[in-house]
Amino acid sequence: MSDPQPLIRVDNVTKHFPLNDKVFGSSGVIHAVDGVSVDLYPGEVLGVVGESGCGKSTLANLIMKLEEPTSGTIEYRGRNIATFKDDELKTYRREVQMVFQDTFGSLDPRMTITDVLTEPFTIHREVLPKDAWPDKVRALLKLVGLDPDHANRYPHQFSGGQRQRINIARALALDPKVLVCDEPVSALDVSVQAQVVNLLKDLQDEFGLSYIFVAHDLSVVRQIADRVAVMYLGQVQEIGDEADVLLHPSHPYTQALVSALPTADDQGNTTGKRIVLSGDLPSPANPPSGCRFRTRCWMAQQKCADEEPELIERGTGRPTKCHFVTPTVGTPAAV
Amino acid sequence: MSDPVLSIDDLHVEFRTEDGVVKAVDGVSYELGKGEIIAVLGESGSGKTVHARAVLRILDTPPAHITGGRAMLGDVNLFDLDEADMREVRGARIAMLFQDPHTALDPVYTVGDQIVELLRLRRGISTKEARDQALELLERVGIPSPEGRLNAYPHQLSGGIAQRVMVAMAVALDPDVLLADEPTSSLDVTVQAQVLELLGSLVSETEMSMVLITHNLAVAVGLADRIAVMYAGQLVELGPAKEVYANPKHPYTAALLRSIPDIERRDERLPAIKGAPPNLLHPPSGCPFHPRCPYATEICLTAMPPLDEVGPEHVTACYHWDEVQR
Repeated sequence: MSDPQPLIRVDNVTKHFPLNDKVFGSSGVIHAVDGVSVDLYPGEVLGVVGESGCGKSTLANLIMKLEEPTSGTIEYRGRNIATFKDDELKTYRREVQMVFQDTFGSLDPRMTITDVLTEPFTIHREVLPKDAWPDKVRALLKLVGLDPDHANRYPHQFSGGQRQRINIARALALDPKVLVCDEPVSALDVSVQAQVVNLLKDLQDEFGLSYIFVAHDLSVVRQIADRVAVMYLGQVQEIGDEADVLLHPSHPYTQALVSALPTADDQGNTTGKRIVLSGDLPSPANPPSGCRFRTRCWMAQQKCADEEPELIERGTGRPTKCHFVTPTVGTPAAV
Repeated sequence: MSDPVLSIDDLHVEFRTEDGVVKAVDGVSYELGKGEIIAVLGESGSGKTVHARAVLRILDTPPAHITGGRAMLGDVNLFDLDEADMREVRGARIAMLFQDPHTALDPVYTVGDQIVELLRLRRGISTKEARDQALELLERVGIPSPEGRLNAYPHQLSGGIAQRVMVAMAVALDPDVLLADEPTSSLDVTVQAQVLELLGSLVSETEMSMVLITHNLAVAVGLADRIAVMYAGQLVELGPAKEVYANPKHPYTAALLRSIPDIERRDERLPAIKGAPPNLLHPPSGCPFHPRCPYATEICLTAMPPLDEVGPEHVTACYHWDEVQR
């Protein structure tokens, strides 16, 4: 990226959730996010990928200030968001908006689309005088490819894809700089998913937005992200340009993720060598010592249990959190 | 094909709602061979799940009503059976695997209790025998340290292990047919691969047949012998899996294939299908895909095209199938 000044800087952020379950008698902490550092530059799409429980949604919530970090800082335009109050907080809330996965749960069933799209202006009154609201609603609906004449309908009268367009329209109402999209297309049918991805790309071009695009579907992330961060058990394992990470992954976990995608060539023959990882995600309440991926890694050695690898450049041109990355790693031996 | 295990013949299912009648399944027919895997592909609302639930007669009535057709298991039409006989079919002859294992398992009983109950009730064996068999089943579906898992409650299991438990229960009575409804859609991608591999090997080890309901074409082609594509309650294409994948003849199948994002390729714009799936309360006239179809002409608005033979064992319902490009 040419602009050296990140819009959002996540610096060594940790989020632990205390576990105090009286019914089942468990206690301790969930290490949801553990020492994550990522930057988002203006006009950039940062993909954050990983499986459930990897901390990608918690990271999104931390950036949205829906959660406070246990330690570490998140900066917006160089200022720590934890210190934001009053006007500064309001500005932050206006400029950084969120799009959720669940298109039903994120829209109040008793509000018309006009209500949904004008609610931001009732909170941020300075933005738009009331007599301009109807035109703004029509403009927003047109922007996301919906019929402006449907402004007085209710959410249940729209399909899932249309509801996600409404969510996107609401997120855009206050002219934000950043959209944090948490699995924005994973609840949609394939044929509709493509439309929404195209819409997000168009909007980004038109308004120069930056996205944090949290998703588990690597093929979708490939279509929209400029850079990709791969998370596992609360930590970034690898981060770099989308094509490098997704086509030539250097971390064994990324390799497994990519190879697990069901793919076939034009003739319908299953392609590629699938790395089937043994076992499940370890509990984030009790992560493995050393490298957190080692319990499922086919390359793991004693060193991996003894010593946590750093997320540093290891000859593949991008930071990777693995002791055994070599530039030639790419086709793992028989698994 | 040898004698089919299950043949579905002109199945019709309606939902009678306050707003009107929805034809959720509108004349679906296919035959499932012994040891065969058919993938039924479609989007939400296409009728793929409803057709399977109709076969097992586990739809909620009302609003759902099976209004026509037959589901032949051997010589028996399942729709003629009384509820007691139908109960004997479920699990023992036709089993179902659901999308979300954590809602399918009972949260207040251990895994072992649930499998033991099933085996005692249906096999009439003692608790001790049932426990031994439960252990074998868990081993068979590749659950590590199965003894410990018998005493676990569902919430203590990860999604992948819970789905393996569901697979174990589904095959516990050696059914002839397994109806798997999006069995991996709620799982993480690395775990998805494991469960798909397990299902494939269970089918090849036994003579079980499987209907794999999925929205994922790549999953379908990787596992199934044949692919059936549903749209708006109708079967629009059916053929050998690789053939349907490589040479789709229905415009919907072709468009679906193109719209799937490919990790190997970054597209400036994804070739999306325009519009949205139809509202079945007010279905389009003629072919239900015509409002979204680039090939549509006058005739498509007037009558639903018949299923035409377009290749060996390959049929599709489109007037313009010979123009369709992948």
